[in-house]
Amino acid sequence: MRTLFSGPRPSLRDHKPNVQLAERRLFLRGGLSIGALSLLSGCDLTDNEQVDSVLTAISRLNDRAQAALFSRTTLAPTYTAADITPNFPFNAYYAESKLRPVDGEHWKLELAGRIADKKPWTLADLRTLPQESQITRHICVEGWSAIGQWSGVPFRTFLERIGADTKAAYIGFTCADDYRTSIDMATALHPQTIIALDYAGAPLPDRYGYPIKLRIPTKLGFKNPKQILAMTVTNDYPGGYWEDQGYNWFSGS
Amino acid sequence: MDRPITASPVLGGTPPGKPRPLHSGFVRATHWINALAILIMVTSGWRIYDASPLFEAVFFPKGITLGGWLGGALQWHFAGMWLLVGNGLAYVAHGFASGHFRRDFLPLRPREILHDMIAALKFRLPHVAGRYNAVQRLLYVGVLGLGVLVVLSGLAIWKPVQLQLLTAVFGGYEGGRLVHFAAMAGIVGFVVVHLALVALVPKTLPTMIIGRELHLGRAREVKP
Ligand code: HEM
Repeated sequence: MRTLFSGPRPSLRDHKPNVQLAERRLFLRGGLSIGALSLLSGCDLTDNEQVDSVLTAISRLNDRAQAALFSRTTLAPTYTAADITPNFPFNAYYAESKLRPVDGEHWKLELAGRIADKKPWTLADLRTLPQESQITRHICVEGWSAIGQWSGVPFRTFLERIGADTKAAYIGFTCADDYRTSIDMATALHPQTIIALDYAGAPLPDRYGYPIKLRIPTKLGFKNPKQILAMTVTNDYPGGYWEDQGYNWFSGS
Repeated sequence: MDRPITASPVLGGTPPGKPRPLHSGFVRATHWINALAILIMVTSGWRIYDASPLFEAVFFPKGITLGGWLGGALQWHFAGMWLLVGNGLAYVAHGFASGHFRRDFLPLRPREILHDMIAALKFRLPHVAGRYNAVQRLLYVGVLGLGVLVVLSGLAIWKPVQLQLLTAVFGGYEGGRLVHFAAMAGIVGFVVVHLALVALVPKTLPTMIIGRELHLGRAREVKP
């Protein structure tokens, strides 16, 4: 279980008031734990390495099941401007006050791995490519969801333009905030996977990932990297910040 | 009061000298695997719920949840689902194919249910070995329906893009979350009543474990 516990826990920031209230209430009620249940949920099972390796193996099986279920042509439902969630939430593995903005003037997207033309891309370069817009639902692994509008370059167009090996298995991303994630090639080539440059018709604000965010409406929110600095096309499993701690890698919707 | 509520032929064709167990081995095995799967799904589900509660007043203390943190709970939940669905499909297929559902879960007549419910509330409902009373039949059919609902709504919120038609049936992703929670609450409610009934008629417990009633010191098969 060490790997699962090696990093910060997913944050409950957004729900902190609720959680504190509920915890206080339940603390007052006290001692609610049921014998057999607390045995199950206590250290015995949660810290057991054999249990952990079985659960990890099943998570890999679930990666394959989800890849099989994934359709290259099925589109995520789209919504109207009226459905957009007001004040779309900020979410990261740190609090918004810790956000470090990226200087877009000097920013370049670095390319690595199985790519023919590894010349870095500036924001202006990306603006010269065809753009698309979508209003889709962002679903967080925590359970909440919100609808937003993202526009930018279809990722498939970009991958073809740079001569990426689209037969490779993975694309890995590293971000300015030291976040990492990776996706499968089928999802990368999905028509709704876009390099988002705009949110709600204006350049992506810092809190939503300026200068670029990869918007993937067929995956959970944590698979949509923000403030991307570099991407690599590879056949070696790149993992990711949350994935290395135990979140399911495929995490498709 | 002694009048049999239903003429269940559950033990009807038993050859002499070879008493049939009150619950078949298949039903007993799938029942206990299901109990384990439900325990895993409910307790890990509570931990997942806590990461983003639907209701301000509802929060599950960590001590009664499984997984330790959100990522661990998700691993348990998406492992337990295979056990729940695999075992559930086997149980349902067997229930239909063997005639167990038709024989033991039907009929469901409102008058009988009302009669048995009143009798049960007065603690005057006799438990006839090998036969479910109308309240039990209603509870079992009801929890079967809730089981189907919890799995379908779970699939709807797990795959709201790939299975979007199913998700739409539940009113979209957020609607699916509510249905999934409500189905869980219904199942937990069933389990509470179910365990209370078992506690009231404890002799039913060995029948679900070894297939017959337990008579300490005497090896005697139970005849209906
Ligand atoms: C540790 C917990 C449990 C105990 C001790 C228990 C005990 C029992 C017993 C003794 C019976 C037989 C009743 C009789 O002969 O009149 C029974 C039947 C049944 N129980 Fe449970 N049960 C448990 C958990 C569950 C759960 C979690 C579910 C479903 C969510 C469930 C669903 C059923 C059903 C559907 C039947 C009827 C089985 C059939 O005839 O096919 N039980 N249980």
